[in-house]
Amino acid sequence: MGVFSIFPSRASVAAGEVDALYTFLLVVGGAMTAIIFASVFFFAVRYRRKSPNDPAPKAIHGSLPLEIAWTVIPFLVMLVMFAWGTKLYFQNYTPPLHDTLDIYITGKQWMWKVQYPTGQREINELHVPTGSSVKLILASEDVIHSFFVPALRLKHDVVPGSYQTFWFEPKEPGRYHIFCAEYCGTGHSDMGGWMTVMTPADYENWLAGGANGGSMVELGGKLFQQYGCVTCHVTDHEGRCPSLLNVFGRPVVLDDGRTVMADEAYVRESILNPNAKVVKGYKHDIMPVFEGQISEEGLLQLIVYVKSLSPPTASPAKPAASAAKRSSK
Amino acid sequence: MADSEAILAPQEPELRHHFDDSAQQLEASTLGMWVFLVTEVMFFGGMFGAYIVYRNMYPEAFASTSHFMNVTIGAINTGVLIFSSFTMVLAVRSAQLRQKKALIAFLILTLILGCVFLSLKYVEYHEKWVDHHIPGPGFQYADPRYFHQAQILFYLYFAMTGMHAIHMIVGAGLLITLIVMAARNRFSSGWYTPVEMIGLYWHFVDIVWIFLFPLLYLIGHTQ
Amino acid sequence: MNATLPFAQTETPINYLNADYGWKSWLFATDHKRIALLYLFSITAFFFVGGAFAVAMRINLLTPEGIFSHDTYNKLFTMHGIIMVFFFLVPSIPATLGNFLVPMMIGARDLAFPRINLLSWYIYIVGGIFTLTAVFQGGVDTGWTFYAPFSSSYSNTHVILAALGIFVSGFSSILTGLNFIVTIHKMRAPGMTWNRLPLFIWGHYATSLIQVLGTPVIAITMVLLGLERVLHAGIFDPTLGGDPILFQHLFWFYSHPAVYIMILPGMAVISEIVACFSRKAIFGYGFVAYSSIAIAVFSFIVWGHHLFVSGQSMYASMVFSFFSFLVAIPSAIKVFNWTATMYKGSISYETPMLYAFGFMGLFTIGGLTGLFLATMAIDVHVTDTYFVIAHFHYVMVGGMVMAYMGGIHFWFPKISGRLYPEGWAKFAALLVFAGFNLTFFPQFILGYQGMPRRYAHYPPEFQVLNVMSTAGASILALGYLIPMIYLAWAWRYGPKSPQNPWNAKGLEWEQSPTPPPTFNFEHQPVVTEPAYNYSGEEQEVKLG
Repeated sequence: MGVFSIFPSRASVAAGEVDALYTFLLVVGGAMTAIIFASVFFFAVRYRRKSPNDPAPKAIHGSLPLEIAWTVIPFLVMLVMFAWGTKLYFQNYTPPLHDTLDIYITGKQWMWKVQYPTGQREINELHVPTGSSVKLILASEDVIHSFFVPALRLKHDVVPGSYQTFWFEPKEPGRYHIFCAEYCGTGHSDMGGWMTVMTPADYENWLAGGANGGSMVELGGKLFQQYGCVTCHVTDHEGRCPSLLNVFGRPVVLDDGRTVMADEAYVRESILNPNAKVVKGYKHDIMPVFEGQISEEGLLQLIVYVKSLSPPTASPAKPAASAAKRSSK
Repeated sequence: MADSEAILAPQEPELRHHFDDSAQQLEASTLGMWVFLVTEVMFFGGMFGAYIVYRNMYPEAFASTSHFMNVTIGAINTGVLIFSSFTMVLAVRSAQLRQKKALIAFLILTLILGCVFLSLKYVEYHEKWVDHHIPGPGFQYADPRYFHQAQILFYLYFAMTGMHAIHMIVGAGLLITLIVMAARNRFSSGWYTPVEMIGLYWHFVDIVWIFLFPLLYLIGHTQ
Repeated sequence: MNATLPFAQTETPINYLNADYGWKSWLFATDHKRIALLYLFSITAFFFVGGAFAVAMRINLLTPEGIFSHDTYNKLFTMHGIIMVFFFLVPSIPATLGNFLVPMMIGARDLAFPRINLLSWYIYIVGGIFTLTAVFQGGVDTGWTFYAPFSSSYSNTHVILAALGIFVSGFSSILTGLNFIVTIHKMRAPGMTWNRLPLFIWGHYATSLIQVLGTPVIAITMVLLGLERVLHAGIFDPTLGGDPILFQHLFWFYSHPAVYIMILPGMAVISEIVACFSRKAIFGYGFVAYSSIAIAVFSFIVWGHHLFVSGQSMYASMVFSFFSFLVAIPSAIKVFNWTATMYKGSISYETPMLYAFGFMGLFTIGGLTGLFLATMAIDVHVTDTYFVIAHFHYVMVGGMVMAYMGGIHFWFPKISGRLYPEGWAKFAALLVFAGFNLTFFPQFILGYQGMPRRYAHYPPEFQVLNVMSTAGASILALGYLIPMIYLAWAWRYGPKSPQNPWNAKGLEWEQSPTPPPTFNFEHQPVVTEPAYNYSGEEQEVKLG
C-alpha cells in the first residue's frame, strides 16, 4: 500500500465494484478536464492579441446545435453515472434477508463497542470472516457518529435513536482502519480502530477465544426476565400482549391499520415507547415505558433475544439467495 | 423624461433622488414589500416544515396535546386579527382619499386590536406558565404517554406563536410611526406608500395566524 | 479623457470618493459605492481572520500527532468554516462588486433602497461582532454545520453566540438580495431590456433569488437550535422524541443553495472578464443567462445529497442524486460557452483574464468532482472525507475566490480611479494558482484513501500528502497577501486611470467617469445595443 496509490486497500467484494465506478468517473472527468484545459490553452495562444490596435474580431453569438450537443451529451453520460451509482448503492445498503452474520456496534464519545451474537465483546476492534455476509447494526449512545471503513468503501452515519445497517462480504484477510467520519466532539479523530478480516478457520479459532458473559441471546434472555417481559410476551394467556414467538422479520398489522416490518428499529421503538405502534387487537398503556432505563447495548441484546424467538428454520426460507447471486458475478 | 435636471432637482417632495418619478418609486416599494413577504413565508416555512414532520411522526400525541391549547382565546384572537385587517384596509382607503382624521382613527383602531391580541396572547402564555407547559426542565404534562411529544408540540407552539407575536409587536411599532406621520400631515399630498406597505405587512401577519390557529389549537377537535 | 478639461492636472473632478469627507460621510453613507467599500474592507478583514484559522489548521496537520490540542483544532476548523462561509463567501461578490456595479451596469443612480443597503452593512457588522465575540470567548467546536444533537446538547462552547451571529448576518444577505431584485426589475435605464443586461446582472439576479428564498430558513433553523440549547426540550434530541436528521434537512435546505449564492456571482464576474479580454460578445448569451436561473431553481431540490449516509430513505436519496446531476448541466453549459467565447477572439493576458483562466480550469475540476459526490455509491465512500473538502475548495476558492480576485482587479481602476501594478498582479495570480493546486489537489487523493475530515490527528500514512497540502497553503497565503499590499499602495500612489482602461463595453465603463460621481452618471444613460457589442454590430441579434 504505497502512499501515492490512488486506491486504498480493498477488503470486500464491493470495494472493487466501487473502484470500478470510480475509475469510470475519473476517466470521464479527466477527459472533460483535458478538453476544457486544452481548448482554453489553445484558444488563448492561437487567438492572442498581437498588438493593442488589433481590430475587434467579428462577433459569434452562438450556435444552437452546439448548445444542444453540450447539453444532451453530458446529460446522457450523467445518466450512466446515475444508474450505475444508484444500483451499486442499493446493493451495498440492502442487506440480504437471511444468513447474515449480524454484528452489533454501538458508538459513543469516543469509541466503538462491538458485540457479537456469540457473546464476544470488543472495543475499537471488529473481527469478520471472509466469505460471509456480514451485517452491521449500528447504534449510538449520544451524538451522531459515522462508521467508516475505507477498505470497504462504505460508511454509515450512526444516528442516536435509530438503528442503521449496512452489509458487506469480506474478501481479503488483513487489518483495516475503522474511522468515525461524522464530527462528534473532542476525541473525534481518536474514535477509530481496526477491522480484522480472517479466514473462516481463523475466525472460528478467534471465536473460541472468549465469550465471558454468555452469548447475546443469553444476555438478552436475562434482561427479558429481569424487566419482566417474559410474564406477558411469551406465555401470557390473558391476551394482554402479543406473543413474540415467530414475530421478528415479519410484517405486523397495527391498530391504526398500518403494517410495519418487525425489524430491529420496530422492536427498539416498542421497548422504549410501547404506545407508538401498537399491534392490532391490543390495548395502549399496558406495557411500561422503558425509555431511559435500558442501555443501548442492553437493547441490542434484547433485540437479539427477540430475534432468537423467531428461528430462521420457521421462516419461509430462501437460503443464501443473495449470497449465491453475488458469487455468480 | 429623465435628464440631468431630474437628477439634481426632484420636483416632488417625497420622490427620492435616485428614482425617475413617483410611479417608479411606488412600484419599487411594492415589489420590495412583496419580496420581503416571500422571505417571511420562508422564515415561517421552516417552522411549518418542522411542524409537519413531527405531526406526521406523532399524530395522536399532537391531537391529544392540542386539547391543552386555549381554543376560546385562540378563536377570539382570530376574530380580533381578522377585524384588525379590515380596519387596516379602511385606513389605507382613508389615506387614498386623503381623509386625515379617518386615517388616524382607523390606524389607532388597528393598533388597539393588535394590542388586544397581544394582551390575550399574554394571558395564554401565563396560563401555560402556571400549568408548567413551558418546554424545558420544568415541563410537566398530565399524560405520561405523550410527555416528550407534548413537549415538542409546546416547543413548536411557543416558537411559532412567539415569532408571530414578535411580528405583531413590530407591526404595532410601525402603526405608531404611521400615526405620528399622519398627524404631521405627511400623507396630505396624496403620497401614502408607507400606509399601503405596512398594510401589506399587517395582512401577512394576520394570514400567518390564520394558519397557526387551526394547526395548533384545533387538530384535536377533528372528530 | 480628462486631459482636455481645464485644470485637469491639478483638480480632480468631483466623484463619489472626494464628494464628502469625514467618518460620518462613510458611516452614514447611502451611496451604494461607498457601502460597497465599507463591505469590501470588512469582508477583507474577515477573509484574513478566516485565513489565519486555515493556516493554523494546516500547521497542525503537518504531523500525524498534531501540534494543537483536539479542542483547539476543533475550534479552528469550526471558526474557519463559519467565518469563511457566512462572513466572506456569501457576501463577498454581491455585497462589494455587486453593490458597486449593479446600479451602474443597468444605468441607475443607486440601488432601489439605499438606506436598507446601509442597514444591511450594519446588520452584517453586528452579526460579525456576535461571531467574533464567540471566538474571543473561547470559540465554538461544532463544525460550521452545527449538527444536532452535538451542537444542541453536548458541546460546551459558545454555540448560541455563533448561531446568533449567523442569524443576524442572514438578514444582511436577505436585504442585499431584496435590493438587487427590486433594482434590476424597476430601475433599468431606458433601452436596457432583459436581453441586453450584462451577464453580471443575470448572475446577481439568480443569486438574489436564492438569498431571498433560502436565507430565512437558515435563520429560523438557528433560532430553533438556540432555543433548543436553552430549553433542552428535545426538538432535535432523539432521547426526548426529536429528530436530529430534521436539523440536517433544515440546515442543508439553505446551505446547499448557499453554495450557489457563493458561486453564481463568481460566474457573473467571469462572463464580464472573458468577454472584455477576448473582445467578443459572449457565446450563447441566452444560455449563459438562463443557466443562472436554472441553477438557482435546481439548487433548492438537491440538498438531500448531503444525507446519503444519514439513514434518509434510499428512494429519497435516489431522487436527490438525480437532481444533483441535473444541476451540473447548467454549470457545464456556462464553462463551454466561456471557452467558445475565446474562439477567434482577440485575447490579451491582463491579470483579470489570468484569474478567469484559473477559474475556468479549477471550477471545471470542482464541478466534475461534484459528479462523484452526486453518484451515490461513490459519495458514501468519500463523503465526510478530504475529498469533499477538496471539492468544496476547488469550487469556492478555486472558483469563487479566483473570480473575486479577478473582479477586484478588473474594476479596481473604476473603484479607486487608479491603476494597479500589472507585473506584481500577474505574479500574485500565478502564485495563487500554483499554491491553490498544491494545497487542494492532494486532498482529493487523501479523501479517496479515506482520511476523514475534521481530524486533529491522523494515521501516519497520510502524512506526505498533508505536508504537500500545507506547503501549498503557505504559497497560497503569500499569493493573497501580495495583492493586499500592492492594491493598498496603488489606491494611493498608483497612476491615475483613464475612464476605460480596458476598453471594455458596459455602461459603467463607457458612460460613467472614473471614478464615478455620486449619482454614477452625468447624463441619464440610454441603451441602444446589446451587451458585449465589441464588434460594433448595428443589427441586434435575437438570442437564446
